[in-house]
Amino acid sequence: MIFLKLILTNLSRHRVRTGISIAGIAFSVAAMLTVVTILQGAVAMFSGLLSDNSQIVVFEKDVSDLFFSSVPNSAVQQIRSWSMVDHANPVLFGVVSSTDHPIITCFGVTAQDARLNSAKWVAGRRADFGAVKDGVILGQRAADFLKAKLGEPVAIGYEKFPVIGIVKLKNGFEDGGVFMPLPLAQQFFHKEGSSSVITVKLKNRGDAAVFKQMVAQKFPTLIALRNQEFDHSYSQFKILKATAWAVGICGLLLGGLGVANTMIMSVFTRIRELAILRVNGFSNGQIAGMIFGESGIVSLIGAVAGLMIGGVVIVGLKMIPALHGYIDSHLQPWVMIAVVVLALLTGVAGALYPAMYAMRVRAVEALRFE
Amino acid sequence: MSSFFVEEAEPARSVVRAVDVWKSYEQGAIRVLNGVNFEAVAGQTVALCGPSGCGKSTLLHLLGGLDTPTAGSIYVHDVKLEPGRSTLQLLRHQMGFVFQLHHLIPGLTLEENCMIPAVAAGTARDAARARMLQLTERTGIVHRLKQPIQKLSGGERQRTALCRALMNRPSILLADEPTGSLDESTSRQIFELLLELVETEQITLVMATHDRGLAERCHRLVEMRDGRVVDARAPEAEVTQGVQ
Ligand SMILES: Nc1ncnc2c1ncn2[C@@H]1O[C@H](COP(=O)(O)OP(=O)(O)OP(=O)(O)O)[C@@H](O)[C@H]1O
Ligand SMILES: [Mg+2]
Repeated sequence: MIFLKLILTNLSRHRVRTGISIAGIAFSVAAMLTVVTILQGAVAMFSGLLSDNSQIVVFEKDVSDLFFSSVPNSAVQQIRSWSMVDHANPVLFGVVSSTDHPIITCFGVTAQDARLNSAKWVAGRRADFGAVKDGVILGQRAADFLKAKLGEPVAIGYEKFPVIGIVKLKNGFEDGGVFMPLPLAQQFFHKEGSSSVITVKLKNRGDAAVFKQMVAQKFPTLIALRNQEFDHSYSQFKILKATAWAVGICGLLLGGLGVANTMIMSVFTRIRELAILRVNGFSNGQIAGMIFGESGIVSLIGAVAGLMIGGVVIVGLKMIPALHGYIDSHLQPWVMIAVVVLALLTGVAGALYPAMYAMRVRAVEALRFE
Repeated sequence: MSSFFVEEAEPARSVVRAVDVWKSYEQGAIRVLNGVNFEAVAGQTVALCGPSGCGKSTLLHLLGGLDTPTAGSIYVHDVKLEPGRSTLQLLRHQMGFVFQLHHLIPGLTLEENCMIPAVAAGTARDAARARMLQLTERTGIVHRLKQPIQKLSGGERQRTALCRALMNRPSILLADEPTGSLDESTSRQIFELLLELVETEQITLVMATHDRGLAERCHRLVEMRDGRVVDARAPEAEVTQGVQ
């Protein structure tokens, strides 16, 4: 109790200083949380594109980005014919930009594509997709920002396509995307005869290993991965995640320097007090405990404040129309825990030198200073 | 009858002892203590006198284990102090310190300041509190327990420092000009209180002071000059007098 009060007394003696280091930790935690959550969300969304009602994704081996992957139509035909396969749908990804919107994702899909089955139809009819040769379906958000209406043409890139349907989709990329019949997309993106990936559903999950082996044998240029395997191995995801954590950790490092600075000042300005505690029987451990306690409290308050700020920032970003649907504001518990643990570790690291210095304070020398 | 008792009484126990203690700084360039021999026995009160800079504070620090001698040995209860070892236990359970400045911790209350040594030693809460109440009662500050120390008078602060020094029932109280920063009458009051406390609690007192008046009230007066003890009245006779 008194030990705790000693710690709190010290923090409250220099409120501004304490506040600044709490803010340092809070902002770095908020930055980390925001960046990691947004990128995690983006990754989840992107992998959601592939895993929709399927278990396996087939794409070109050794491509750095799925947008560069090329899978021939013939492979789709063959894979469909295998008895273990329930369905195999080719998807062609393409990106176009327009003046108002830097990125519109286009999906070239077959008429029977599962994601259109699970969509909520806001306008138009499911049956028209593929039946109208150059008709496209828009995600609701895409329809909003392209100001498109059912039956009217919409400009995508340099061309115009009639809108035959508007659908509400959960996935932000999909909801902000354009669905084209596969042949139309192949022509539009100059990728005749190929798609980016094949999403495959097996009749029996247990056949996955056999399926992968068969793909490897029959198509030396392709690779089949289970969805989870894909999430872990896709280099774009790895880069994104690593970037997020690197940015976050750099932020925390700065926050940690703030804590270190505060703690150093806190120790230097009360050498005599530390000497007195020593004379009264405080052990090295107790003195270090006091210093670590101080930095721990600063970090903890900072981390909690940071989680709140981060949460507000994410919700705020989510409300920006241009980002709508791209931000997955779902805060994952493990991310929050990781961020708080990192903040606490930072606090401890920041207090290492001050604590060592405090332990080395010699009572005799300190007491001679007036 | 009385002489019979004196002869049969055990020889006074040595509580703290310095044997040929030397202390120098900066590789011997500054020589502060030059072969000090000193002893205080159980229940004794000893005043260390001498001109400023003669090494009184230095000796007190060495006796209390806060510093180590360059040469020579310090014994506490006949156990030799080894550098670094068991200093903590010594500070927690054998030594109490009072300085010229109270050295209380601002931001904590009177009560909390008194409790610091108990916190350090991990004394059970109730026992520590009872001890703190007993001491603050005796020193007449029990009505100010919840005051932050900034709101206390100089005398109250020094009383608090005294209570803190005695919290863990030390066997030795080392006082470095304990009333040096107080006015004449407060100084007398606090000193009387100090003497009364060490007597009832059977504590050995070693006190550095410039105040001859206070020094005369101790059992023994040890005069130092240039890092040496130049005059120490024989303790034995006086202790038996003082204790009886
Ligand atoms: N760390 C140190 N380095 C160098 N010299 C020191 C150190 N500590 C103490 N001294 C010197 O030792 C001498 C004795 O100091 P000490 O404080 O023991 O004297 P004192 O008898 O207590 O004096 P006063 O009555 O003024 O308190 C002084 O000359 C002081 O300058
Ligand atoms: Mg002195």
